[in-house]
Amino acid sequence: MGAGHAHWLHRDHDSPVHRLAPEVKITAAVLCTVAVVLTPREAFGAFAAYLVLIGAVAGLARVGPGWLIRRSAIELPFVLFAVVLPFTGHGPRTQVLGVALSVEGLYAGWNILVKGTLGVLVSLLLAATTTPRELIVGLDRLRCPQILVQIATFMLRYLQVLVDEARRMRVARLARGYDPRFLWQVRAFAAGIGALFLRAFERGERVYLAMLSRGYTGRLPEGRAPKASKTQWTAGLSVVAATAVIAVVS
Amino acid sequence: MTALEVAGLHFSYPDGRQALRGVDLTLAEGERVALLGPNGAGKTTLVLHLNGILHGGAGRVIVDGLAVRPRDRVALTELRRRVGIVFQDPDDQLFLPTVAEDVAFGPANLGLRGEELAARVDEALAAVGMSEHRDRVPHHLSFGQRRRVAVATVLAMRPSLLVLDEPSSNLDPASRRELAEILEGLAVTTLMVTHDLPYALQLCPRAVVLDEGRVVADGPTAELLADADLLARHRLELPFGFAFSRPLP
Repeated sequence: MGAGHAHWLHRDHDSPVHRLAPEVKITAAVLCTVAVVLTPREAFGAFAAYLVLIGAVAGLARVGPGWLIRRSAIELPFVLFAVVLPFTGHGPRTQVLGVALSVEGLYAGWNILVKGTLGVLVSLLLAATTTPRELIVGLDRLRCPQILVQIATFMLRYLQVLVDEARRMRVARLARGYDPRFLWQVRAFAAGIGALFLRAFERGERVYLAMLSRGYTGRLPEGRAPKASKTQWTAGLSVVAATAVIAVVS
Repeated sequence: MTALEVAGLHFSYPDGRQALRGVDLTLAEGERVALLGPNGAGKTTLVLHLNGILHGGAGRVIVDGLAVRPRDRVALTELRRRVGIVFQDPDDQLFLPTVAEDVAFGPANLGLRGEELAARVDEALAAVGMSEHRDRVPHHLSFGQRRRVAVATVLAMRPSLLVLDEPSSNLDPASRRELAEILEGLAVTTLMVTHDLPYALQLCPRAVVLDEGRVVADGPTAELLADADLLARHRLELPFGFAFSRPLP
């Protein structure tokens, strides 16, 4: 599958992890995340072990730590909440650098921070080694409902077409002297969104007609990427097994 | 052998607008015919009748001996194999993430799988000279290349009637010529809907003029284009600088 190379989350090179079938990677990523979430928050050693495991997979996939850290900035708005908890929490307090913090709040904040970060790292690894197209093929093979798979397929194909249309409409507005600086000038922008919606809707009609003309009956044919072999499943699930062992031992 | 027979075809849209008022049209096997007419003449409505997407009015459509019966699902699938429509905007036609997958969509709907399906895709892409772009994302191709892939998506179903809706629109001159060369090389019966009269003359020995839901002229393209009165009556115009005072030999 050569699709989606332009996607900014995908690291386009070859590695054993890249070659793994998408359904294996999706399954492994979901199960590992579940194991992380189920781990008691006091098991500090287990979280360190998870990080080592993720590091090992990233090394195998040749995805650098710098790339992972920069991309994981996406979780910042969510973990901000975790930082507040030690100050607002109830119950016994402890002194940290002269500030009285709630013990319960510290644990709760740590819980969110560490599990969130590990989850984001796992997702980033999945995205870095799997093209959007492969993700969709993987979801389809994992019996994800057809309607969701098809919506994702169309989004992947037409998002760029829509972005281009929106850009052309914006340029046409600017070319007629539109220079939005104040809130009350947002009207033209809002009308533009409406026009874009109508165009997308009409395109949907035309695409459907073109599909019918080629004998579409409600199910998309499957992609041609090779299915996962037993070896691939074993490789993917061994990572899950390692995570599960850490979770149980802790 | 008759490739297409349309007789007495009427059609009104649900809003009451009458689009077809008795269209008669016959295409012999292997013919390339231009369908000309102003905007709103009913060209697209007629095209959508050829594979049974629109139906319900009076009259009949027979493709290669098979009558269009909208209720018969099996016949409808076969009909959609026989009639390959290339729509005007390739972005409407190419909806899958890669070129090869999109070309495989039609034949896969017909039940083809594995080696046979791959062979169809190779054959169709080779016919339009796009084999080396099989794994590209449609969005990354040029407009002319996307138009050619759109033709391939239909050729992969091995149609007996190829219908092209404005094939030369938005193409640069070189892409326009390349597409003409490809179309000339195809042995399939072709109905080409177009406003591009020189293109019609170049590719189609015969032309049909549709206006207000009726066929108003049918004959050799060169003769129709030399008839200034006919063109003027039906809002057809040659581009600036073009004139045919008499039929070309």
